[in-house]
Amino acid sequence: MARSFDAVIVGGGHNGLACAAYLARAGKKVLALERRHVLGGAAVSEELFPGFTYSVCSYVVSLLRPWIIRDLELSRFGLEMIPLEASFLPLPDGGSLLRGADPDETRLEISRFSRRDAETMPEFGRAMSKMGLFAKPIIDSQAPDPKSFRPGDLMQLLRLGRHFTNAPPDELELRLKLMTMSAVDFLDEWFESDVLKAPMAVSGIIGTFLGVRSPGTAYVLLHHYMGEIDGAFRSWGFARGGTGSVSNAIAASARHFGAEIRTQASVEKILIRGGEARGVVLESGEEIRAKAVVSGCDPRRTFFGFVGRENLPDEFCAGLDSYRFRGSSGKVNLALDRLPSFTCRPGNGTHLRGDIAIAPGIDYLEHAYDQAKYGDYSERPYLNIVIPSVVDPTLAPPGKHVMSCFVQYAPYDIKEGPERWPERREAFGDAVVDTLAEYIPDIREIILHRQVLSPWDIEKEYGLTEGNIFHGELSLEQLAFLRPVAGWSRYKTPVKNLWLASSGAHPGGGIMAAPGALCARAMLGGRRS
Amino acid sequence: MPRPTPFHPRTSELCTSLLYKEWAGCYAVRRYDVYHEREYYALRHQATVMDATPLYKYEVQGPDAAALLSRVMVRGFMKAKPGRVAYVCWCDQHGKVLDDGTVTRLGEEHFRVTSADPALAWLQRNARGLTVQVNDISRTLGALALQGPRSCEILRQIIGPSVADLAFFGAIAVNYQLDGKSVEGVVTRTGYTGDLGYELWIEAEHALFLWDALMEAGRIHGLLPMGLDALDVARVEAGFLLGGVDYTSARTAFIERQKSTPFELGFDWMVKLKRPDFVGKAALCSEKERGPARRFVGLEIHWDDFADIHEAFGLPPHLTPETCREGVPLYAGQRQVGYATSRTFSPLLKKYLALATLQSGHAEPGTELQIEVTCEYERKVARATVRELPFYNPERKKAKPPLAPAREGPV
Ligand SMILES: Cc1cc2nc3c(=O)[nH]c(=O)nc-3n(C[C@H](O)[C@H](O)[C@H](O)COP(=O)(O)OP(=O)(O)OC[C@H]3O[C@@H](n4cnc5c(N)ncnc54)[C@H](O)[C@@H]3O)c2cc1C
Repeated sequence: MARSFDAVIVGGGHNGLACAAYLARAGKKVLALERRHVLGGAAVSEELFPGFTYSVCSYVVSLLRPWIIRDLELSRFGLEMIPLEASFLPLPDGGSLLRGADPDETRLEISRFSRRDAETMPEFGRAMSKMGLFAKPIIDSQAPDPKSFRPGDLMQLLRLGRHFTNAPPDELELRLKLMTMSAVDFLDEWFESDVLKAPMAVSGIIGTFLGVRSPGTAYVLLHHYMGEIDGAFRSWGFARGGTGSVSNAIAASARHFGAEIRTQASVEKILIRGGEARGVVLESGEEIRAKAVVSGCDPRRTFFGFVGRENLPDEFCAGLDSYRFRGSSGKVNLALDRLPSFTCRPGNGTHLRGDIAIAPGIDYLEHAYDQAKYGDYSERPYLNIVIPSVVDPTLAPPGKHVMSCFVQYAPYDIKEGPERWPERREAFGDAVVDTLAEYIPDIREIILHRQVLSPWDIEKEYGLTEGNIFHGELSLEQLAFLRPVAGWSRYKTPVKNLWLASSGAHPGGGIMAAPGALCARAMLGGRRS
Repeated sequence: MPRPTPFHPRTSELCTSLLYKEWAGCYAVRRYDVYHEREYYALRHQATVMDATPLYKYEVQGPDAAALLSRVMVRGFMKAKPGRVAYVCWCDQHGKVLDDGTVTRLGEEHFRVTSADPALAWLQRNARGLTVQVNDISRTLGALALQGPRSCEILRQIIGPSVADLAFFGAIAVNYQLDGKSVEGVVTRTGYTGDLGYELWIEAEHALFLWDALMEAGRIHGLLPMGLDALDVARVEAGFLLGGVDYTSARTAFIERQKSTPFELGFDWMVKLKRPDFVGKAALCSEKERGPARRFVGLEIHWDDFADIHEAFGLPPHLTPETCREGVPLYAGQRQVGYATSRTFSPLLKKYLALATLQSGHAEPGTELQIEVTCEYERKVARATVRELPFYNPERKKAKPPLAPAREGPV
């Protein structure tokens, strides 16, 4: 006998789980199915080596929406956040830049490179916060639909339009620049110091296959400042126990509201009859019926994997064919015998309690991109490093540490072909360690274990198409009402009763839980509960 | 000039912000860093230690010790068990609250009382005809509040694993131990944070020994020293009112309406009326019959309203990270029905919370009211909903703490 649910959710990533929690909270009978043995998808904690627990993929919680934390009572269900204390940039020549919570100390730090930049920084911060304020309502509601004439939609568009045109001219100019320029060009208008600009510019390229000088990368700088606005309320941080704790808290909340969640339940296809989704078929052959099917997987896996082109309009397929994934990053997770010591700042300190960037200059970043353009990983990549065990001792045995290195560029499509990644994986890992050694000379001696994830591995193990960390690039033409396909940004799909709740839907990737929550809201009739 | 506490040599070394407050005549650290955030998170996720020495502390001893306390407090102590602590308030003869604090029974004829304001005269005045000694030990007894989920793990290293058996509001005599040295003291499972936690009592002359022992034991657990700013956020989450902020002592009130009864403060559960005469009994009996006119409650301010008010000015929502202690009016429609006294943003719950006093008819949990919000010098209102206290109530607060197996290897 096939069992029946109001909704079945494919994928136990944090968005699928958030959707399940909101639906269950509204009294719906829901079932979430996860292929792997653990929940969380790319927001997952796993004990990779005995005693060492990692945020295997995503490692910093940035834009997790505060209203979702409230609605789902995540702190009651075990979510504990530890704010990042600083951003640290070590330099190969023994210098360094530390930007922390104390504005005065940060000013002094920056003025060692440029007094002018040190003074400009707060101005820039204010300007960007204003921009962030303008953009924030967009990520907290469904995307505006420019073709709709429904009063609610028109109001939303008008509001945004007014936001846009009523702004004083200088702000308007800033907005336009932000949406068209490259991160570097944009920052050049404000700052002179390379050392300051480089670590700021990288936020424009994370998760895209673009360089810091590519047009359109400026806008992603905003995301950082949106975090800063919440930042007064501290949303940038580590989740205690790793980012999997976010997913686990959402899952606990979902279960509390009555949702059923299964792991090791791999969906093979979505059952479609008469153009309507009716349930799913598992790889085991089990059939599960539901009034609605929600996909928490990326758009390509969802539509070309579970649904099939034959069930979709051509136009939609064409739109999806041009939706870009192009994974460009990898991850190296290390177990360390002791705390690493940087040449430029030996010993322990605030600089180890935040994120650490290897991005010693704009040219360095551009060189890293050059190699990737021609199908190689960067010999000297951009690294974003965290050592969460410094603030969360539960992650490693006493005195030992876990180090997570996000690495860009590591193109999915290396010149030998993506399927050759397994042969190049360890050499790629070596390049990362060699890079680290330029700042931490004894790093090789203190590495106890190492895990290297190429985009190919991320695709194979975590199900992210082409290893793109955000379920598709977060570039302007793939955002808002254009995500994933123009006209289909509101979680609905061309298949009746099939919904998309993942990072591949508005407002996109990152540990936000917004796509999942907003999808549930759309399914429940659009009301905020 | 405030005086240093016995822990001052250590706390002042760590207090890089140089921000102090005067607390009961002593220097008390507000926050060690520029921001108190690290201390707050350490409290909720690791452990913190706070110098609580400025509390007023009294030793009550003698055959009539229990009788004295039963006479002045709103509950009786004749049957209180040794090894137990009680949170309690005391009133004047009109049933108006003077202060709140703790009473610990250490032995048959031996109690300790803590209070926010001096209470020696009050205790002695009421001791007439009783065989009892009241001594002020405020300056000779040091106190540290060790609070947070890992507090038990840390404490076990200096007093042994039996600490895990200490029940919520229990008290034990202990030997603090470090490097072969041993000092006597008392540990109570109490605190002002609403979390798992302990208060450690020790003679002032050994204060630094205890501080050092704790810091050493706490190193691998992320123990941080905590100041009053972080505490002020935590105590609102925990729903603890603060004398002088959330209510006015009958001793300092200038007019009648500034005074409160225990029922108005939500202390109903601690008032025991079916017992022999005690200070304020008659007044409290009739108050109980009438029902209190006001109620102390929790409020959650609607964040979206608060953000919208700011957005209308083109501003992001803004709050100070410290708890705000300026009272603001609460309305039901056009009518003012109460006031909020402490307001804070809970970083953990992501909620804007307040402690408030409301007319009884408006105090039911779930009632929606309006709170005044000032933005750009203009007065606006946001919706606020009455909530059950405490806002934050983790299971570990009362549960038996699980101890990890003893850890080995280098730390
Ligand atoms: C290396 C890396 C680093 C990152 N760093 C950060 C960061 O620091 N901060 C940040 O905010 N974001 C970061 N991100 C992005 C963020 O992790 C993702 O955008 C987000 O976690 C995606 O969540 P999701 O729920 O939308 O999808 P996913 O997490 O991809 O969830 C999809 C789920 O579906 C499951 N699934 C797949 N196929 C099937 C099937 N056939 N049947 C059943 N289940 C299936 C998958 O196992 C997975 O659990 C990072 C991502 C990666 C990969």
